[in-house]
Order: sequence, then structure tokens, then C-alpha cells
Amino acid sequence: MSEAVATSPTPSGPSTDQKLAYEPHRKWYRRPEILGPVAIVIAVYAVLLGVEVQPGRYRSAFTADGDLALDWDYFFHLIPQMLTGAYVLARATVLGFTGAIVLGLLMALGRRSQFKPLSWVSAFVIEFVRSTPLLVQLFFLQALFRTTDVVNLSGVQILVLGLALHYGTYTSEGYRAGINSVPDGQWEASTALNLDPITKWTRIIIPQAVPNVLPALGNNLIASFKDAPMGGPVLAVPCMLFFANTIRAEDFRSVEPMLLIGAGFLLISIPAAWGLRRLEERIEYER
Amino acid sequence: MTDVSPKGAAGVRMRSVDKAFGPNVVLRELNLEVEPGERVVIIGPSGSGKTTILRVIMTLERIDGGTIRVGGQHLYHEPVGDQLKAASEKHIRKVRSNIGMVFQHFNLFPHMSALENIMLAPVKVHNKSRDEARETGMELLAKVGLSEHANHTPGQLSGGQKQRVAIARALAAEPAVMLFDEVTSALDPELVGEVLSVLRDIAEEGSTTMMLVTHEMAFAREVADRLVMFDNGRIVEEGRPSDVLDTPQKPRTREFLGAVGDQ
Repeated sequence: MSEAVATSPTPSGPSTDQKLAYEPHRKWYRRPEILGPVAIVIAVYAVLLGVEVQPGRYRSAFTADGDLALDWDYFFHLIPQMLTGAYVLARATVLGFTGAIVLGLLMALGRRSQFKPLSWVSAFVIEFVRSTPLLVQLFFLQALFRTTDVVNLSGVQILVLGLALHYGTYTSEGYRAGINSVPDGQWEASTALNLDPITKWTRIIIPQAVPNVLPALGNNLIASFKDAPMGGPVLAVPCMLFFANTIRAEDFRSVEPMLLIGAGFLLISIPAAWGLRRLEERIEYER
Repeated sequence: MTDVSPKGAAGVRMRSVDKAFGPNVVLRELNLEVEPGERVVIIGPSGSGKTTILRVIMTLERIDGGTIRVGGQHLYHEPVGDQLKAASEKHIRKVRSNIGMVFQHFNLFPHMSALENIMLAPVKVHNKSRDEARETGMELLAKVGLSEHANHTPGQLSGGQKQRVAIARALAAEPAVMLFDEVTSALDPELVGEVLSVLRDIAEEGSTTMMLVTHEMAFAREVADRLVMFDNGRIVEEGRPSDVLDTPQKPRTREFLGAVGDQ
């Protein structure tokens, strides 16, 4: 490296190669997968601003009924209500995904179990849940837990349960891939050192599987956040989509609430994706 | 340190051990007896099954037939009356605690420092205190000449250093039987010497039983009490290293030694 520094005044092929070799991670603003969404958000905002600059051009003279044009006053007036909806959703997602992480680990370990019936049951549950849509599962859970007097859960509770179950199966597949990616030699060394199963899993296998599982977990977290609004129409969870439906029914307006919801999701999802990627980079280690 | 292993050395007795991977028979009614404290070097062409001998003793592969005893105790069987029954995992774990193994590809835990690698089994398996384990760990690192690398992770070490840490890790459990599976085969030639000299030290000062699979004939001649030539699942020839290497009796041994070029 000192050689490269010493010869830096003369730009040459090898020195630039060397420089690339020392910076394996590109800056986040040079990554297309981050740059793309950010550019889209900026473009959308630019379009919206353009709309605001020339309101007269799009605004119809009618404001009472059937008006599809954008009303910015109305748009901003919706923000507080939507923020409370976003809060409800974010909380349901965090709770549901925490459940999914735990449930997924249990299902992954169950599927690996030497005890065949447990392994078969886990495999069946995983395949069954993965092969049916979340929407159907939410309706089913609602029928199960809301229509009887024995168990009566709130909409949010059912949403959390549904997300935990549905995303638990996806996370369990992530765990499975992560566990399989731990080299055979690590298992053999654990046997040779006579480690008990708990030490083997907690100190050797899981710590090495986590960096491999993390990208899948992050994707599932964001996907579950995007699926959470289903709780609005299905379970009457007071989230953004539920409000949007109410607003459409009462004020005959769809554009403003839906635009707000889209923008809100982007504003949350993109920093979350970026944060997760940073986390992945931090957690990587040299093999 | 005259007595490396407080448990004392243990012998290994393999009686008509069979092992096959599918249609591929690797061990054919193998009988091999290793006396306590003996150092046996196993040589033979690759694919002859010599590594499998070590792997079935370490229970990395389970045997298809026969018996293995380590320190007088059956490894895969539990005596019930005068019958032998397939052993429980608990029994296997108990007998296995007498055995240690060093691998061709080191198999160090990459997320732990060298010292943590060595301390793990003493703390978690042998219920030593962390201070005690750290002290023995540092002693072992000093023994393999890596004191200043205690806090380095495997990724920061060279191949030879990794293998020395792996040897220290195996020694930390104070096994009565040590298995070495081609421990220098994955190393660059200039790093082989440092690992062999550590093995030499263990052989000299300890009473540990050692079974080594290696292609280093000069080293085998120097360290081994007995040399075993293994081919096609069977022992072809065995004896004192000088006898087997200098005046091989069987044509198969002569052929093999001619091919590897005895130094």
C-alpha cells in the first residue's frame, strides 16, 4: 500500500487496480440497488412539486364530488391521521416479525430434528403456510379467533399472529440455508471437541449462520412491513389503508391518501433497507 | 511437564471393523491395536481409507460392523450382562472425551480468536473456570510458539499458524489419544516444518497415544514407533519404520514407496 502511495503522482493501471482492491465495498450512493429507489423517490417528489407549482392547470373547478385532481391542502391535512396509522402498522410489523424470527428458528430446528414425526410436522406446516397467500390466512385466522366467544383477539393481535406465522415459515427457510452454509469442518470440529449440542448450536453454528441468514431476514422484514397493510381492509386494523378506505367512502377521495401511503412506505422502507445493508457489512468477518 | 495427560494414555483396539460408503468398501474387517503411549503412523495411497480409520475412531463416521475400544471401553457398544448393545449417544460422548483430533483443513472457529478457540472446550465441556482455561490456553499457545497471536482470529493467521492453534485446541482437552489427519497436507511447503516441530515436541514430552496419517516419510521414520502400510481397506504391512521403509516385504509397499519417493 505504501508503494501505491509513493507512486500515486503518476496515475497508472496497477495503482488503480490496487485502489479498487482496498475498497471492496462501494459507497452506498454508488450502488444501483440503493440509487435506483432513491432516484424514483426524488422523481416522484419532483413530479408532485411540479403539480403544486401549477395547481390551476390540473385542478378542476369542481371540488365536491368525483374530483380526481390533487388537493395539496387536503393531502397535508391527512398526514397526522396517516402517521397514527403508520405507527400501528410499524408496531404490528415489529411484533409480528419478532415472532417470526423465533417461530422460524423453532421450525427450522424442528425440521432438522432427528425425531422424525417432529421433522415431518414442521416440514408440513412450513410448506402449507408458504403455499397459501397471507390474505387467505388472515381471513382464516379471523374466522378462527374472532367469531367464537372462547378466544376473542383484536384485529391487531390477529395481524401480528398472521405475520409471525407467515413470515416465520420464510425465515425458517432462510435459517435452513444459513445453517447448511456452515462448512462440514465446523460440525466435525464440534464433535472432535466433544461439545454438547447446546454449545455447538449457540457458540459455533448459529453465530456463523447469522451473517448468511441476515440478507434473507432483512428482505423478509421489509416484505412483512409491506404486507402488514392487509390488516386494514381484512381485520379493520386502524392503519393507513383502513383510513384510506374510510376516506374514499366518506369524501370520495382516493388520490391523496394513496399517494401519502406510497410516499410513507418509501420513506420507511428505503432507510430500513439501507440500514440492514450496513448491518450486514458490519457483521461480516473474514473466514 | 512430564505428564501432559493426567488421565494417562489409552490404547485403541479395533476388531474386525467394517465401513462402507454405499458400494464403496473402505475398511474390510480391520484389526488394529495401538498400545497406550504408542505412536503409530499410517501411510498409504490416497483413497485407501486411512483417513477413515481416524474418522471412525473420532465418531465422525459410524462403523458398519466390528468393535472399537478406547482405553478399555467400548466406543460404539455398551456391555449389558455379557452381551454388547449399541451404545447411547451419552455413552459415546463419555468415551469420546478421551480422544482428540487435528484436521487437514484446521477447522478452527473463524469467529473466535485463537485463545477463544482453545478455551471453548475446557470451559464448556470440562467445566474449567475461565481464568484457569485462559492460563492453560496461554501456556499451550506458548508451547506452539504463538503467544503474541492469542487475540488474532484464524483469518489473520497463516496456514501453519492456524494448524498450530488447532493442535493447541486439541491438546487443551487433555485427550489420551490424539488423531492427526494429514495435518501438513494443506500447508505451503515452507510452513510444514513449524507444524512438524510442534508434533515432534508433543511426541517427545508426552505419554499421549498418537495416530498419524501423513505423507511425510522422513517425519514418520523419526517419530513413529510403528508404521502401518494401508491399502484398499486392509493393512498391507506393518513394523518398525526403518524396517518398512528400508526393506519393505510386500510388493504393494515397494510400489507405493517408490511412487512417493522416500526421503
